[in-house]
Amino acid sequence: MITLTVNGTRYEIEVEADTPLLWVLRDHLALTGTKFGCGMAQCGACTIHLDGEPIRSCVIPAAAAAGRRITTIEGLSDDRSHPVQKAWIEHDVPQCGYCQSGQIMTAAALLEQKSDPSDADIDAVMTNICRCGTYQPMRAAIHRAAELAREVS
Amino acid sequence: MNTPSSLSSALPGFTRRSFVKATLSATGGLALGFHLPAIAAMDGPWATDVEGAEINAWLVIAPDDTVTIRVAQSDMGQGVFTAMPMLVAEELECDWQHVRAEYASANRSLREDRIYQRMGTGGSNAVRISRPYLQQAGASARERLIAAAASEWGVPASECRASKSRVIHEASGHSKRYGELAAAAAGITLDAEPEIRKPGEYQLLGTSLPRLDVPAKVDGSAVYGIDVRVPGMVYAAVAVCPVWEGRLQSVDAAPARSMRGVKDVVTMDDAVAVVADSYWRAKKALEALSPQWDFGEHAGASSEAFKARFLAALDEKGTIAEEAGDAYGQLENAATVIEADYSAPYLAHLALEPVNCTVHIQRDRVDVWTGSQNPESVLTVAAEESGRPTEQVHVHSCHLGGGFGRRSRPDFVARAVTIARRVEAPVQVIYSREEDTRTGHFRPMAEFRLRAGLDAEGKPAALVNRSSTHSILAGLRPEAVANGIDQSSLSWLTNSPYAFAHRSIEHHLQRTHVPVWFWRAVGATQNAFALESFLDEMAHAAGQCPWRFRRALLAERPDIIRVLDAAAEQAGWNTALPRGQGRGIALVESFGSICAQVAEVDVSQSGEVTVKRVVSTLDCGNTVNPQTIDEQVQSSVVYGLSAAFWGKVEIQDGRARHGNFDRHRVLKMAETPKMETHLVLSGGDKWGGVGEPAVPPVVPAVCNAIFAAIGKRVRTLPLSDQDLSWS
Repeated sequence: MITLTVNGTRYEIEVEADTPLLWVLRDHLALTGTKFGCGMAQCGACTIHLDGEPIRSCVIPAAAAAGRRITTIEGLSDDRSHPVQKAWIEHDVPQCGYCQSGQIMTAAALLEQKSDPSDADIDAVMTNICRCGTYQPMRAAIHRAAELAREVS
Repeated sequence: MNTPSSLSSALPGFTRRSFVKATLSATGGLALGFHLPAIAAMDGPWATDVEGAEINAWLVIAPDDTVTIRVAQSDMGQGVFTAMPMLVAEELECDWQHVRAEYASANRSLREDRIYQRMGTGGSNAVRISRPYLQQAGASARERLIAAAASEWGVPASECRASKSRVIHEASGHSKRYGELAAAAAGITLDAEPEIRKPGEYQLLGTSLPRLDVPAKVDGSAVYGIDVRVPGMVYAAVAVCPVWEGRLQSVDAAPARSMRGVKDVVTMDDAVAVVADSYWRAKKALEALSPQWDFGEHAGASSEAFKARFLAALDEKGTIAEEAGDAYGQLENAATVIEADYSAPYLAHLALEPVNCTVHIQRDRVDVWTGSQNPESVLTVAAEESGRPTEQVHVHSCHLGGGFGRRSRPDFVARAVTIARRVEAPVQVIYSREEDTRTGHFRPMAEFRLRAGLDAEGKPAALVNRSSTHSILAGLRPEAVANGIDQSSLSWLTNSPYAFAHRSIEHHLQRTHVPVWFWRAVGATQNAFALESFLDEMAHAAGQCPWRFRRALLAERPDIIRVLDAAAEQAGWNTALPRGQGRGIALVESFGSICAQVAEVDVSQSGEVTVKRVVSTLDCGNTVNPQTIDEQVQSSVVYGLSAAFWGKVEIQDGRARHGNFDRHRVLKMAETPKMETHLVLSGGDKWGGVGEPAVPPVVPAVCNAIFAAIGKRVRTLPLSDQDLSWS
């Protein structure tokens, strides 16, 4: 039995300790917004926040997340009101959309660290794969999200 | 609920997220390994019995004016989930804010004499093929709404007009909402179908509208095939014989059966699957097995050996695909002859969502949930594999996590149904990334030998082009290649707009045990690399600018010259760059559109290539959603650059050597150049494709830019295998 706190809710889950957090979220908690793309931390589709840090949940054993604060795309906001989500809609970023939960979680974590990230800052952390090639609108949307976040604060 | 921001809710007021929350609070915030939610609560994009009056198969109008438009094409990122509704709404005169989209039912289409017409998505054809009948569906519905209102008011229909989801009769001041008129309109038959609008008359088409599926794709609620949850569902992980055409000899199932959560081990002719109560348990148990494979006769095959075979064929004249004048005679008399071999590897699609399929077989029906480029072939294959009549098979179309051609082949559906037949529960079959790649069907590898003659003034006198490659159609429609020529393998080589009066376009069809398939932009991808690079070689041999050299060959095609010139001008073609930097130009007409591109690169002395900027110009005739077009051109550039830099599937010991992104590098944000798209629209009746035409030219544009930068010619891809250092 592992106790996990996901998006503010506590769960006790019957699962092997080495099960990657990704599969606990998807198969046991039906939080399917976090995606499976590679299973070896290459693509970033499974990115979530662990105590506010972006991590690739496909290689983190569930047991390692016990007692820590887990945020998934479903917990980023209730109504797509997070600045990154708003900017993503404004810039019409997603195409197939499969990587976008991971992209958004990575970008949201970046903005927590840097309120006005440079292109170099963006390049350094936005290493998630997008096969549709939405990188250019995504970059513009990150700058826009930073603006939106500053307007709010 | 009835806004574009929650477009695919089947049950108003009932989103997937609210269902999950309700479930959690009912269990006091304590959840114990359960399976949820019920499918009725899933917010999927598939066809539903939506509330309202169905005016025709394409659209339903609810009492609150919500218009549900059925989309028969699949959106793998290219925007048809928005573009198709725009084609209907253009004529319907409805308020776009009230439009939601859902996928059409393949089962219904088969039952009702293909009422949704073409349901396959490929060949950049969605708008090109369905535009007239979708416009017609919207226009017809509009006229019936008007007729319903006119009849109710006792006025001539000709005095009424439709606007923003209302029918209005100015003289009497009558006005009614579509939601109030829909039920009556559904019962009206028109004497004659109305005319549809032509380019120049459009109000909605040609305007940039936000995609309808974007909101659900920024909060995790969009349901892809892999997200489907059915009550009682189990999961399967599968291992297919790594060598194509090989067989499963035996497997001891005991190690898996003893593992927690494992329900079953399913063996197939060429594969083994483990079924468990979670995907991870299924995958772990599969890894505990040691299947014994009979690799068959191809166990020693390699791409290196294929290449030698393909190349050897080029020594002989191939099947003549196209011939004019006396190419060989002109070569003999030419002042200068240049010759070069080009080589393009197998390429995997690498869609980010690994292929997967959920199947539930019951006594009187089969349900299939998947993201596919062809729900009809999914249905047909599921019927065949389950032994059920097609009427009993229901395909629920999910969002697609990428397609690029891969999801037009339903092999993974057949596999899932085979497994589901052996399991007493709905089962979701998920391929691992490695399995997805290794069981993929690849862009054909190809070898080319090009020869050209130039006269004393540097004018092109003759072209001989021999290509040695697979035929995709040979495995699909053998009758299409009966004469030894597969036109889909010859795109941009035959019917070329370049005016070579003396030419011989020859073809050697090859086969290996490696399955090939349509890969975004298909044959033009390998052919443009060879031909557009070789044209650059010819231009340099003639001492001419590659842009002007092409212009001179295109005198009969002013439309292409316009697109080419725009690319050169927008890119600042004539401005000088220092050594180590260069610009390259390339051009391809494919899928009904013309695309020219100029790439600007920087090559470090150690040979590292950075693509700094790509300017694309496109003539697709007319536009539906211009913002989507820009996005698709960028998407194509990124897709093409990934292939140019790293794309190859190496075959060794009969199998694909690498399966995951660690060895199949693709472009990331930091490597993405600045991209600009300029539309050079010729209008008229031309409607060209958009999802693919910008893929083929970008690869040779980059290779030509590398030559301009450092004087090294790239004739073999990918770039990562080439030594591009200079001093």
